[in-house]
Amino acid sequence: MHNLTITELINGLKKRVFSSTEITQHFLSRIKTLDPLYNSLISVTEAQALKSAQTADTQLAQGNASELCGIPLVHKDIFCTQGVRTSCGSKMLDNFVPPYNATVVENFRNSGAVMLGKTNMDEFAMGSSNETSFYGAVKNPWAIDSVPGGSSGGSAAAIAARLTPGATATDTGGSIRQPAALCGITGLKPTYGRVSRWGMIAFASSLDQGGPMARTAEDCALLLNCMASYDEKDSTCIDRPVPNYSASLGDSVKGLRIGIPKEYFSEGLNPGTEKAVRDSLTEYEKLGAELVEISLPNTALSVPAYYVIAPAEASANLSRFDGVRYGHRCENPKDLEDLYRRTRAEGFGDEVQRRILIGTYCLSAGYYDAYYGKAQQVRELIRQDFNQAFEKVDLIMGPTCPSPAFKFGAKGNDPVAMYLEDIYTISTNLAGLPGMSLPCGLVDNKPVGLQIIGNYFDEARMLNAAHQFQQATDWHQLAPAGIQL
Amino acid sequence: MSIEKKTIENLATLARLSIDDERAEEISKRLGSVLELVDQLQAADTSGLSDMHHPLKETQRLREDCVTETSQKEAFQAIAPDVENGLYLVPKVID
Repeated sequence: MHNLTITELINGLKKRVFSSTEITQHFLSRIKTLDPLYNSLISVTEAQALKSAQTADTQLAQGNASELCGIPLVHKDIFCTQGVRTSCGSKMLDNFVPPYNATVVENFRNSGAVMLGKTNMDEFAMGSSNETSFYGAVKNPWAIDSVPGGSSGGSAAAIAARLTPGATATDTGGSIRQPAALCGITGLKPTYGRVSRWGMIAFASSLDQGGPMARTAEDCALLLNCMASYDEKDSTCIDRPVPNYSASLGDSVKGLRIGIPKEYFSEGLNPGTEKAVRDSLTEYEKLGAELVEISLPNTALSVPAYYVIAPAEASANLSRFDGVRYGHRCENPKDLEDLYRRTRAEGFGDEVQRRILIGTYCLSAGYYDAYYGKAQQVRELIRQDFNQAFEKVDLIMGPTCPSPAFKFGAKGNDPVAMYLEDIYTISTNLAGLPGMSLPCGLVDNKPVGLQIIGNYFDEARMLNAAHQFQQATDWHQLAPAGIQL
Repeated sequence: MSIEKKTIENLATLARLSIDDERAEEISKRLGSVLELVDQLQAADTSGLSDMHHPLKETQRLREDCVTETSQKEAFQAIAPDVENGLYLVPKVID
């Protein structure tokens, strides 16, 4: 049952092969047995899940249920869930119980989906390895001495271990795509403004975007149908109709022009990863697509630009955590200054504090133009690179990560080494474009991801291309050993 | 590249983070290596370019200036560390 996709579970529910209560109990039981090893979940909402499943079963019996009714899912612990702790992977919010639901959570609730729990993540979404969480690292089900990727490591690992068929996640510099690649699953970051950020704890407001994770593109399409919506409460949300992302999955990719950026295949790319990705591109040629070499000349500037913009915006967003209205508060503050400084020093982990300080530096008087201003101009250069490329091609493809999952602590003492993990994903966030990752091979039994980048609001075409690949290959069906399949 | 202790102290004050001397040393080194990374930006030719505030050149939506929200004070204050009579309590500010 746990090896069924969301699509297959929906069919099973319709045909009454099983009930939502049965599926929910099954996943809850797997979580109890297996998650102590992977640590992919921070909170499990057993009672609430079973209650939702019961309600879903009633609606399914009445025959007027929405598509995702009764389907169990997990939410990354960055989405506010009413009455359920939302920690953002941090001690600062360990005691935070939101009084409202994020729009994404509300959308799924309205669809009748069942929430199993909240997934582990890098603290405040800052990280590429899920090593910075207050609740401990998440283990990659493919290799438990290795990272699952981050910051949505919990969501990715939970799906890979078949503890849930799908999850929500967020991506600011690659945090959906990179863990999807390292855990051998499919994940999509929509166009900036496609999915409401209301109730999604903010890291970098001009880069953050919520998106789906599942084992297939077909499933991601179903989840995106629910996640994407115009929301008045998020003023950066774009008012544009949401297409049915499932409708065009079956289209042929004959004649599709795929751009291959030469900068994504240079030094630093693991040879095994490169081979897996190039083999996948050959697969697309067999399906009738045309490969076109393109250049994104400012790719190298994307990492420095990101590591100015993201920390700068984070330093502003995280200033709200002050021990006054919610969250952690230090004991016996001497005065207001002490309240703020000690609460924040105690509540935030090392990487978060570092990024706040970098961000503060880049925005401070005398430095704003040289750092933040300059980075925003470089962002314009990067956007222009993509605009020019999309005049010649329909989609851009390449590796998601430079190499498969690395061991815990491997990038420990060098923050810049960790930051370079994001080299292929960051530009997409800077430009606001949609991007996704799907499994395309194994290197030393560790998954490799193929990244697809689309033009603005072209998620349907990306999902179609990914689905056609998944019809012709079976990388997305592979499962790690040891998960009691 | 290394950052002066005084700069770290100033940043810590701006960010309202308390940092002890031991950590300040480590942070100074790490910040230094990140700033070396971001200095690469200076080599980029961005003459004539404006800041990219939004990828699709969207501007802030406006709405009618009328009341749409209801007070949810109780729900919001139920999770506060210290409240009294509907006010959030903090250490004394004015002597």
